[in-house]
Amino acid sequence: MSKLLEVSNLGKRFTIAGGLAGKARTVHAVDDVSFSIAAGETLGLVGESGCGKSTVGKMIVRLLEPSAGNILLDGIDISHLSHRRMRPLRRRVQMIFQDPNGSLDPRQRAQDIVAEPLLVSGMRGAARRRERVADLFEKVGLRPDQMRNVPSKFSGGQRQRLAIARALALNPALIIADEPVSALDVSIQAQVVNLMSDIQREFGLAYLFVAHDLGIVQHISDRVAVMYLGRIVEIGDTARVYQQPSHPYTRTLMDAVPKPDPSRRHRRLKVPRGEVPSPLDPPSGCAFHPRCPAATDICRRERPLLRRVASGAETACHHAD
Amino acid sequence: MTPLLSIQDLTVELSARDRTFDAVSDLSFTVARGEVLALVGESGSGKSMTALAIMRLLPEPVARISKGRILFDELDLAAASEASLRSIRGNRIGLIFQEPMTSLNPSMRVGPQVAEALRLHKGLDAAAARRRVEEIFEQVRIPDPKRRFDDYPHQMSGGMRQRVVIALALACDPDVLIADEPTTALDVTTQAQILETFRDLQAAVGAATILITHDLAVVAETADRVAVMYAGRIVEETTTERLFAAPQHPYTHGLLGSIPHIAEAGRATERGRLAEIPGTVPALWALPRGCAFAPRCPRARQRCEDERPPLSDMAPGHRAACWYPMKGAA
Repeated sequence: MSKLLEVSNLGKRFTIAGGLAGKARTVHAVDDVSFSIAAGETLGLVGESGCGKSTVGKMIVRLLEPSAGNILLDGIDISHLSHRRMRPLRRRVQMIFQDPNGSLDPRQRAQDIVAEPLLVSGMRGAARRRERVADLFEKVGLRPDQMRNVPSKFSGGQRQRLAIARALALNPALIIADEPVSALDVSIQAQVVNLMSDIQREFGLAYLFVAHDLGIVQHISDRVAVMYLGRIVEIGDTARVYQQPSHPYTRTLMDAVPKPDPSRRHRRLKVPRGEVPSPLDPPSGCAFHPRCPAATDICRRERPLLRRVASGAETACHHAD
Repeated sequence: MTPLLSIQDLTVELSARDRTFDAVSDLSFTVARGEVLALVGESGSGKSMTALAIMRLLPEPVARISKGRILFDELDLAAASEASLRSIRGNRIGLIFQEPMTSLNPSMRVGPQVAEALRLHKGLDAAAARRRVEEIFEQVRIPDPKRRFDDYPHQMSGGMRQRVVIALALACDPDVLIADEPTTALDVTTQAQILETFRDLQAAVGAATILITHDLAVVAETADRVAVMYAGRIVEETTTERLFAAPQHPYTHGLLGSIPHIAEAGRATERGRLAEIPGTVPALWALPRGCAFAPRCPRARQRCEDERPPLSDMAPGHRAACWYPMKGAA
C-alpha cells in the first residue's frame, strides 16, 4: 500500500507561564511520534486524557504548529507550509470533531454549511453546487427536506452527519476524526460508526480515528496506536494489539475497560495501579514505570524505543518479547 | 428482601417554554438493603430526573413531582418537609454525582468538608470527626490520608476528587446511596479503580443503592438488578444476569447489540457491522400514542402504535413493557 500520510518524529511543546515562582515551564504534549497511514486505511489513536492524541490530529490538519518532526502528505512535507501553499493540499485532509456544534455556524442553513467548502474551493454554478450538496445529504443519510434547517433543528447524531457531509464535500483522501461519537448516545454511536465505515468503503477514505473508547476503536480500525504521556507505546494491527497486547500499559487499558459480562461482578478484577503522572514532571526512563507491575532498574533509567515484538506489533518496552 | 426504598407511580412534570410534559411517567420500583439497582437509559430517558426527584432536588418550579410516592423508612419523601429532607440528605441518603465539583466546595479543604457532615449529622466533635474522616479516606483508598485532609479540591486529580465525594456520601453510614454516572467523567483506568472502591464500600456499608448510568458494561460489573428506561418509563426490569442472557424488550436487545465491546484478552472478537437502532429518541412532548419505542422498533405492529404496552411479568422477577417481546432462552 502506498503511504498517504507519513508522520515522523512529530513533537509539540507548550510553554506554561510561571506561577508565583515566575518560572515558565515546558510541557512535551507530543514527543517523537511516528506512524503512517495508507490510502483507505484506518489508524486508531487511543489513550487517556492528556496523552497527546488530539494534539497529534490537530497538527496534521495544521490547527497547531508542530515543534518538531515532519508530516508528509502524498510525499509532500506539509509541516511548515504557508497557508497559501497549503491551500491546494488542504482539501485532501479534513477534520471532524467531538462536538459538531463548535464547528457548525448556528445561523447558517444546513445546505450552506455543506456548500461552503465548494464555494471556497471555487466550484462554479449554483445549480452544480446544489446538486452536489443534495448528493452529499443522501450519502450521509440526511433527508432533502432538512437542507434548509439550521443546526439546532438537528439531533446530535444528525449534526455529526452534517459535519461528515461537509468534510466529504471536497473528496478528501484522509479524515481526522477526533472523538467523533463520544458525545452521542450509544444507539446513535452505532449509526455514525456504521456510516463512517460505509463512506470509507465507497470513497476509499483513510481515517485517523482519535478516541478513548477502546471498543469503538477496535471496531473501526485496521491498525491501532496506543499513546501514554505524549508518546506511542505500542502500534500494530488491531487484532494483534487487542488480543496479545505487548506493552504493560496496553494490557492495563484493556483490563480496565468494563465488559458486558455479569459474571465479572463476582470476580476479583484486575485494577490498575496509581495515576497518570503530570506531564510537567514526567518520570525518568519509561514514563509508565511507576505504575508498571514488571518495571525493573533499566525501566527507571532508560527510555525504551519502539521495536518489533513477537505479536508483530511495535512496542516501547524493555521487557516485551 | 424487604425494600428499603419503594417508588410508586412517580411522575415528574416539566414546564419549559410554554410546554408541559412528563419527563418521568408512572415509575415504580423498589431497592432492598444491600442491593444495587441500576437505572439505565440514554439522554432524555428520565434516569437522572428520577434521581433528582428521589432526593427532592428537582429544579422547581420548572420540574416538579406531580404524582406518586417515594417511601423511605415509613416516610413519604415526595411529601416531606424541607427540614426533614435536610436531615436525611447527605446523612441517611448519600449522593454521588458525575462531576465531583457538584458536591464539593472549591474554596474549602476536602477533609473539613467531610468532617462538617459528620459534625452536623452525627454530632461528633472536631477531633473525633477528623479521626473518622482520616479513616474514611483510607477506606476509599486516598493515599496518605492525613496529608490529603488539608488539600483543596483543585489540588487533587479527578479520580481523587471522586474518592472524596464517595467518602462524603458514605461518611454518615447512609441507608440509601444514589450514584448518578459516578465514573462517566473519568478515564478508563481511573474508572476501574473507582468502580472497585465503590463496589467494595457499597457491600461493606450495605446501603440500598441506585446506580444511574448509560453504560451497560458498568451495569454488568456492578449491579444486582437493572431497570432500563426509555422516554420516561421503565421498559424492562430484571436481574443483571437475566437482562444480559435474555433481554425481552427490543430496545434492550438493540442497546446490547449496538455497543462494540472488547473481549477479554486472548479472546477473538468479530468485526462486522454494528447493530444499530434506527431513528432517534422521540421528543417527550410529542410521544406516540402507543409504545414510545414503536417508531424505531423492528418488531412493531399495529397494536404497538395504538396501545401502550403495560410493564408486565415475562417470568418471575422479569418485567417488560412490550406486546411482542423477544423470546430466547435464559
